[in-house]
Amino acid sequence: MTRYIRRAAVFCALLLVALLVNAARVQVVRSDVYDDNPANRRASIARYAQPRGDILVGGAPVTGSRDTGEQLRYERTYRDGPLYAPVTGFASQMYGTTLLEHTGDDVLSGADPLLSPFPLWNDVTHGRPAGGDVVTTLNRRAQRAAYEGLDGRKGAVAAVEPATGRVLALVSSPSYDPAVLSGNDAGAERAWARLNGDPDRPMLNRAVRQTYPPGSTFKVVTAAAALDAGVIDDLDAATYSPAPYRLPGTTTALTNEGDGCADAPLRDAFEWSCNTVFAKLGVDTGLARMTRTAQAFGFNDVAVRIPFAVAPSTFDTSLDKAQLALSSIGQYNTRATPLQMAMVAAAVADGGRVRTPYLVERTTRKGGATVATAGSRPTRQAMQPSTARRLRELMEDVVREGTGTNAAIPGAVVGGKTGTAQHGIGNAGIPYAWFVSWAQGERDMEPKVAVAVVVEDGSAHRGEITGGGMAAPIARAVMEAVLDS
Amino acid sequence: MTKVGVGAGTGAGATLVTAADAPAPAVRLPRRRGVELALIVLAVLLCVYGYCAVGLAKHGTVPPGAAGYGAGLGVLALLAHLAVRLRAPCADPLLLPIAVLLNGIGLVLIYRLDLETPGDRAAPTQLVWSTLGVALFIVVVAALRDHRVLQRYAYVCVVAALALLALPILFPAVNGARIWIRIAGFSIQPGEFAKVLLAVFFAAYLAANRTALAYAGRKIWRLRRLQLPTGRVLGPIVAIWLLSVGVLVLERDLGTSLLFFGLFVVMLYVATGRTGWIAVGLLLASLGAVAVGRLEPHVHSRVEDWLHPFASIEAGQGANQLAQSLFSFAAGGVLGTGLGLGHSVLIGFAAKSDFILATAGEELGLAGLSALFLLYGLLVERGYRAGLSLRDPFGRLLATGLASIVGLQVFVIAGGVTGLIPLTGMAMPFLAQGGSSVVTNWAIVALLIRVSDSARRPHPEPSDHNHDHHDNDDDLGRPG
Repeated sequence: MTRYIRRAAVFCALLLVALLVNAARVQVVRSDVYDDNPANRRASIARYAQPRGDILVGGAPVTGSRDTGEQLRYERTYRDGPLYAPVTGFASQMYGTTLLEHTGDDVLSGADPLLSPFPLWNDVTHGRPAGGDVVTTLNRRAQRAAYEGLDGRKGAVAAVEPATGRVLALVSSPSYDPAVLSGNDAGAERAWARLNGDPDRPMLNRAVRQTYPPGSTFKVVTAAAALDAGVIDDLDAATYSPAPYRLPGTTTALTNEGDGCADAPLRDAFEWSCNTVFAKLGVDTGLARMTRTAQAFGFNDVAVRIPFAVAPSTFDTSLDKAQLALSSIGQYNTRATPLQMAMVAAAVADGGRVRTPYLVERTTRKGGATVATAGSRPTRQAMQPSTARRLRELMEDVVREGTGTNAAIPGAVVGGKTGTAQHGIGNAGIPYAWFVSWAQGERDMEPKVAVAVVVEDGSAHRGEITGGGMAAPIARAVMEAVLDS
Repeated sequence: MTKVGVGAGTGAGATLVTAADAPAPAVRLPRRRGVELALIVLAVLLCVYGYCAVGLAKHGTVPPGAAGYGAGLGVLALLAHLAVRLRAPCADPLLLPIAVLLNGIGLVLIYRLDLETPGDRAAPTQLVWSTLGVALFIVVVAALRDHRVLQRYAYVCVVAALALLALPILFPAVNGARIWIRIAGFSIQPGEFAKVLLAVFFAAYLAANRTALAYAGRKIWRLRRLQLPTGRVLGPIVAIWLLSVGVLVLERDLGTSLLFFGLFVVMLYVATGRTGWIAVGLLLASLGAVAVGRLEPHVHSRVEDWLHPFASIEAGQGANQLAQSLFSFAAGGVLGTGLGLGHSVLIGFAAKSDFILATAGEELGLAGLSALFLLYGLLVERGYRAGLSLRDPFGRLLATGLASIVGLQVFVIAGGVTGLIPLTGMAMPFLAQGGSSVVTNWAIVALLIRVSDSARRPHPEPSDHNHDHHDNDDDLGRPG
């Protein structure tokens, strides 16, 4: 019998080997496949098992984490949620992440390998380092000034630092509190349904994700193209431009809001925003030069990221002359985000250079050690420095004595351009009020801030909607906030 | 441990050499009760460490229950050790420490899962059942002076086994299987006890009739090896086996019917040495498996789950238990997440019973899981070794059968939850939540202690030499 008992024992040993081999297969060889299965909740549990890192504005967090004690343990909280929503986005256990919460997710959630003290450390310890922080370039006071300036009206504000491209303010209104989407319960579901069903679209980031016809603010681009191309040499020489101006190849006559635009020199036409002069100027400059300049400012660039994606601003590249004329005054197919128009103002302020805008100054470990910095960013020359100098002059005139006097700041040099963008079929829509500007304090070596404001307000009377009346005061408040800080 | 193994090995060799004719030489086997005590203390300390690790991981403090569980387990283990020291002083010193360690780890894992399921306090209940199990262990070790006594009660055992198996038919099904009986709030799985009784019966019957089974009978094929014994000899045991398997199929306890089948085949093979039994057994098993797998919806779904563990995920219904179990094992990796830090509770309602191994796999990793498998392997090996060292066929068959029960059961359940074979509901010996199972396993270890004590006694009482003689005829390859 001994032999058979031994054989039975050998059989059991074989079973044992089969178990061990199979366990190694499941736990080592195939473990990645199982770990990555979407039905495996461990990844989300691990993700929410620790407090998320914070998004910092002016050195203080605008986000936080709340311990719920549930399976997905830590939930996102927000300070001044509606104010910073166009920057932070939301981090929801049900609906994922958006904006900086999305682009900074690896750092915030602690998954970024750069956060661990040594390479492969986390693979060995099965741990996850504490979430890092995302430090933004935002200026706390400018952000608040913009938000309070809009005061709940539909619209957006974007402000950048001309010399660097740092985004100082990014506001969209009406806004929402991302905290209502944080949880994993019916409340979050209801809030999601409500926000998505709201006709005012509070979750739309109007500063970077919505394009508007830029209207007369686009005249900065047209003027830059014309000056660069040498179509205009003398700002004060009369231009041969009729008013009204018949669009080439059509019978449509283009008119102005005010009088005195016929043959007006560029300085006066810019100051009083003459459509006829700039429409003709665009046509005289030609499609190629117009396109080149517009694209140098950042139009038609589909790859702008700050680090989240920015909707591309457009300047149509195949136009007949009538369309070119309309495009040159910021209508027809020309559309721009508020951030794009802030970049246009910033280029004028900074000698014609366009800096790639960015919102994240650096990312840090919990405790402050830097993980990554914004680094150097590409710069484009949108126009010759001399052209920029002359445009500065023109924009300063607008604020000093033209349509933009509401933006004037005592003790500072301010340049601006108003815009009242017609839109809709037959321009039936309520126009958008635009204002783009830059400001340089008395003691500053260079302009400190460039701003673009757009207000789309359905409640005002049509006649009251002007860039100078509605948008310029907001821009001034933002510029003052930056100059004072 | 190596030392013990070598000692036992030489002991086995010595007894085997002397078995045929001569009186035993005065070779005194070391009893190694001190080793046993040291290993038991180590096992208890390991478990207390486990409680502390769970508490520290979950709440940052040593759990208040740690001392209680540790003391409880320690007292039980010491009482068991005392019983062995007094009543079975020559028993294998590894059996009891392994049982204590496995039972202790089981308590830690159940306690750990209790923390995830507020309101459910399975660990204290399991400790009560463990106490009952150790009490039964002590009773068996103390009261049963010689395992051969059991041979006389073979028919009592088989009647009791069949009665226990049939009992749950009168009770309502739980989770698709009709294997529980509920009395005064306790659920008992009588099938668990039945397997020990059945092993005793098989051992006794085969020991008594193995000559007839091996040599008599008709030649139905030309090969001598596939010679069927006469119906009179084979009939009763086949009938018993068919009856028990039939009852289990009625009750949908597939794991246990598979276990009984395996047990029957192994014991028949060991008793007769006829390879043909294995072939016939495997043939019948595969036929049965295919038939049942096709026809029985419950089994069919288990086979489908085994073949396609992620089908329910692809169908948008979320992960099923097997998929969750595989996720658990995968999450553990090589070193595990650490006690208290896994998420095996996602498996759901059977996490503490059938799927307890997934918690071990996730929190202790492949390293811990392999250690557990090796502990079971060692337990089974010590059982077989006791069988090898004995000289009475009943004892040899009993030890082999008991060891096979543990080995097969571990394979069936561990293979099931790791996706190696289709899943059949069974309890991991000592580890899983389940009173009947713990008590039964303590009984098995008690019998193995008793058997190994006989095997390792320096001055064996004379046993029936006739059977031994046949043994030696069979074992042609053995020296001596």
